Amino acid sequence: MTPQNPPVATAFFFYLLSATMIIGGILVITRKNAVHSALALIAALLAQAGIYLMLYAPFVAGVQIILYAGGIMVLFLFVIMLIAIDRNMRERQFNKQWLVGIAAAAALGAMLVGVYTKGRALFQTTRVPLDETNNTQAIGSLLYGQYMFAFEIASLLLLVAIIGAVVMAKKRI
Amino acid sequence: MHQLVEYIKSYLGSTQTPGSAGNWFWATVYVLLVFVGLSVAVIAMNWLERKILAHMQVRLGPMRVGPHGLLQPIADALKLLLKEDIMPAEADKLVFWVAPFIVVLAAFTVFVVVPFGPTHAITDMNIGILFMLGVSSLSVLGIVTAGWASNSHYPLIGALRSSAQMVSYEVAMGLAVVSVIIMTSLNDTGTGTLSMIGIVQAQLAQGEWFIFKFFPLGLVGFVIFAIAMVAETNRAPFDLPEAESELTAGFHTEYSGFRWSLFFLAEYSAMIAVSSIAVTLWLGGWLRPFPNLLSGSTWDFIFNLCPGITFLLLAAITFYNVVRMPKHPFFKIQTIGLAGFGVVLGLIGLFLLIPPVARTVQDIYWFSAKVAAFMYLYIWYRGTFPRYRFDQLMKVGWKVLLPVGFGLLILTAGVGMREEIWRAIQR
Repeated sequence: MTPQNPPVATAFFFYLLSATMIIGGILVITRKNAVHSALALIAALLAQAGIYLMLYAPFVAGVQIILYAGGIMVLFLFVIMLIAIDRNMRERQFNKQWLVGIAAAAALGAMLVGVYTKGRALFQTTRVPLDETNNTQAIGSLLYGQYMFAFEIASLLLLVAIIGAVVMAKKRI
Repeated sequence: MHQLVEYIKSYLGSTQTPGSAGNWFWATVYVLLVFVGLSVAVIAMNWLERKILAHMQVRLGPMRVGPHGLLQPIADALKLLLKEDIMPAEADKLVFWVAPFIVVLAAFTVFVVVPFGPTHAITDMNIGILFMLGVSSLSVLGIVTAGWASNSHYPLIGALRSSAQMVSYEVAMGLAVVSVIIMTSLNDTGTGTLSMIGIVQAQLAQGEWFIFKFFPLGLVGFVIFAIAMVAETNRAPFDLPEAESELTAGFHTEYSGFRWSLFFLAEYSAMIAVSSIAVTLWLGGWLRPFPNLLSGSTWDFIFNLCPGITFLLLAAITFYNVVRMPKHPFFKIQTIGLAGFGVVLGLIGLFLLIPPVARTVQDIYWFSAKVAAFMYLYIWYRGTFPRYRFDQLMKVGWKVLLPVGFGLLILTAGVGMREEIWRAIQR
């Protein structure tokens, strides 16, 4: 057993996960079959969870898996499966807004290049000094301590949305 | 060779899991060991389930393939592999092919964080229990896609049924788990933990299994989880996908052969996974009975004998059945085979009696024994309970388990607060 712990978060994993995300993202928009798109999106979301893990944010990674990959995507699949997929397969997938698309892509690309070349000074490159072993606990104490009010407001909002959904879906309560 | 032995010895003395030590080699070895152990457990479960169910119904069960049907799982596996693999003509080929693998991967990946002992886990994550619940919830995706890809009415309806069942029972399950995580925070620092190893260590530090904590709150949480986990794994009495006579089975109606056996494998390993969550959270994980009360070298020695004695007992039962085998020459080979099986069990038992080995496997033994008790419960449920109808199942999930879970959560938090304040006053 080696005395010092070699870092597991190596560049190899970053490139692997990023490649998975990018390929998944491309597949999401190019597949004609909506279920295939959804499966590709799941792969991309899971790779994103892996990147959160590499950033020493295990709680965000766990929540990403539970909420996005496990919860929201199941809902997506439900909806996709219950609509007629044959009609969608015949429809045109891309519209003709080439000019707007190119402009938006160029603006986004310019921003990315700018951040990459000049952004070294803007963002700190060292690791955040929060320890991996207790930053989940830190999130908990912050949510239920300092940001208690905002957290409760958000949960109340969600509760109202849930009740609203039940009221609207059920004809006779 | 000598170096290798020394290396293994030095490893066994370590106090870290291979994951937290960042050791690639041992992590791989652990992954392989867990995979092999799991496969053997699934094979054993297959045989035990058929035998125990048969004996509950006053039948003999498999008796033809090998002595007492011991080779039946192997014959079953071969049959499944050799069966014609049918894919419906209008099925979505890719998704149909991928779906069983999603379910199997989700069921096996969960074991990355299962703590078989303080150092016997592949890794210890800070978000252990969250990871387990999250990854096991991914199997819903496999079920939904399997039902859809079959391009047939019954699997689609079955998939919607199963996934609705799993999604609704996940809620109650989560509430029961949160009540345990609140219990882990009752220490001097006041912060709890989500790590699987940390949860067991919290039980050790507080001196009681969480099933007995704040009686009856821990017990209620355990019962909620125990019911929800049966529904999560689609097992009897919530086994609607198996109801072929009344519902034309479930999401795997169109699956056959190898692909169907993957669903089977995933079901059993998911059963083991949720049982190990229950064992870790409520039944003290790898802790032997009364680790604080019955400590000292004498008790250590007595408890160290347990793994070996269990296997010797199994060997004794086997030899008793060797003697009871019919004396007809037709059964000669079977008798010899059964005796050989007994000898192997006995040798394993003797090997486990060697003191250093016994000390090392101690925690794994207690963990596996507790999980095995749950596996027996699963079979027992299947043998005794009639199947729930779908609306009854939903009613139990949403109208019974969920409100009880909320009440449990509030009460646990309240009682925990009281204890904290009490301790602060005393200090």
